[in-house]
Amino acid sequence: MSDQVRLEYRNVSMRFAAASGKALTAVEGVSFAIRDGEVVSLIGPSGCGKSTLLNIGSGLYAPSAGDAFVDGERVHGPNAHVAFMLQKDLLLPWRTVLENVMFGVEIQRLALPERKRRALALLENFNLAEFGGHYPHQLSGGMRQRVALARTLAVDPSVLLLDEPFSAVDAQTRMVLQRELAQTLKRAGKTALLITHDLLEAVTMSDRVLVMSRRPGRIIDEIRVELPQRDDPIARRQVPRVHDYMARLMDRLDIAGQHAAGVSV
Amino acid sequence: MNGGSALVRRGAAVSVALLLVVLVAWQWGPSLLGIPTFIIPPLSSVFDEFLRMLAVSGLMTHTGVTAAEVIAGFLIGSLLGAFFGYLLGMSPTAEFALSPYILALQIAPKVAFAPLFILWMGFTVYPKILVAVLIVFFPVMVNVLTAIRTVDPDLINLARAFTATRAQIFWKIEFPASLPPLFAGLRIASTLAVVGVVVGELVGGNLGLGYLLAFGEGQANTAMVFVAILMLTVVGGIAYLAVILVEQRVLHYLPRRALTGV
Repeated sequence: MSDQVRLEYRNVSMRFAAASGKALTAVEGVSFAIRDGEVVSLIGPSGCGKSTLLNIGSGLYAPSAGDAFVDGERVHGPNAHVAFMLQKDLLLPWRTVLENVMFGVEIQRLALPERKRRALALLENFNLAEFGGHYPHQLSGGMRQRVALARTLAVDPSVLLLDEPFSAVDAQTRMVLQRELAQTLKRAGKTALLITHDLLEAVTMSDRVLVMSRRPGRIIDEIRVELPQRDDPIARRQVPRVHDYMARLMDRLDIAGQHAAGVSV
Repeated sequence: MNGGSALVRRGAAVSVALLLVVLVAWQWGPSLLGIPTFIIPPLSSVFDEFLRMLAVSGLMTHTGVTAAEVIAGFLIGSLLGAFFGYLLGMSPTAEFALSPYILALQIAPKVAFAPLFILWMGFTVYPKILVAVLIVFFPVMVNVLTAIRTVDPDLINLARAFTATRAQIFWKIEFPASLPPLFAGLRIASTLAVVGVVVGELVGGNLGLGYLLAFGEGQANTAMVFVAILMLTVVGGIAYLAVILVEQRVLHYLPRRALTGV
């Protein structure tokens, strides 16, 4: 981990035209920076603009004000420095597992032998080597999500943007996948921004947790997670201090208050 | 898998039994019920008529002409339909501008154009092919257009985030995603092509199974009409089967069950 900043948002705001014709401010004045090798989680209530930030980071949206920077370069469109992964695996049903993993590098026009070498190494890494020739519908949800992660890593991005990557799989599979992701990030020294609803996931997976307010989304707190073993969320779960962090996050998100007021989260 | 093959065997047995019952009823039913042979000729006289037509009426020539028209109409209509489906799917402006006319043309009964085409092109094979082209065009175009419209926008964003060009998005996402609906459209098109060709042949000309239908009707030769209908069914069936065979090769990645639905 060096002090080099990999991903930075400088005073980013995003307004959309709402159906009513009024402008809707999704995020306002968001600034933060993620250093090389850091894993940072972003949590906040539904609709607070977390995914909007991710889309700005990946260059899919241009912010209304402010700028995003990746590796010191201003983001002005999709670029090869960033890769994202969503809750949906977005595997192409007509491609085999191996071909799906090669999708990104194929678009970036890497030579076929190199594509294949990378994809096979990743499949090996995720214990999917024997499934290279299978089609996505033949795999379980957890395996499909692993293939999606392999596809994201295959383009060798400096920054991974992860939008609730494991929220669609069952609780046990999620823990296994979280550990695999944590180990992979650690081993490869990758920088990641992880959007999640799961406070425990945020605390056990990250170096820092950023808390966003309700719309218009602003960063209202930053919590440095000073726990050992960022590469093993399952071990981290058992550290008693995790609960102090959880309590602080719940307090910042005013979760108890929302229930009392009957507001759905 | 065992349960599946048992089901197939039982189903096939019932199917064959049903066919025998229908054939027997066809052969002896009408006379038992006192129905005259010029209303429903028994199976044996339809078969005799079939042999006679093979020998002296050039049945195979007529069938061949109709089949060729069906193939030409199907191919041209499907290609045009797919082309315009992709074009309109990728250009919202084009769709907005053209959709009222396309809708109007889709509502107009296509077979009603047959006399017009014969006026334009005479008693040749072309008006028949043209009716088939027109009737085949719409289901293919609408299916492709809908497919392009309903591609998951997140898939497109995924490709864009990997810095895909517009052409890459089309060839790697939109085109393959459109294939299952395209084939659903082609199945419908294969049977509609036969309808278009027959209507064209009924209206004018002296070739094809549609002509034999009209000729048999004029002669009050009910058996001949039956033979023509059966041959048309065979032509349509082969066209449909051909589409399914290609579909199973192209869409081999789909779970088996999704392909067996007829």
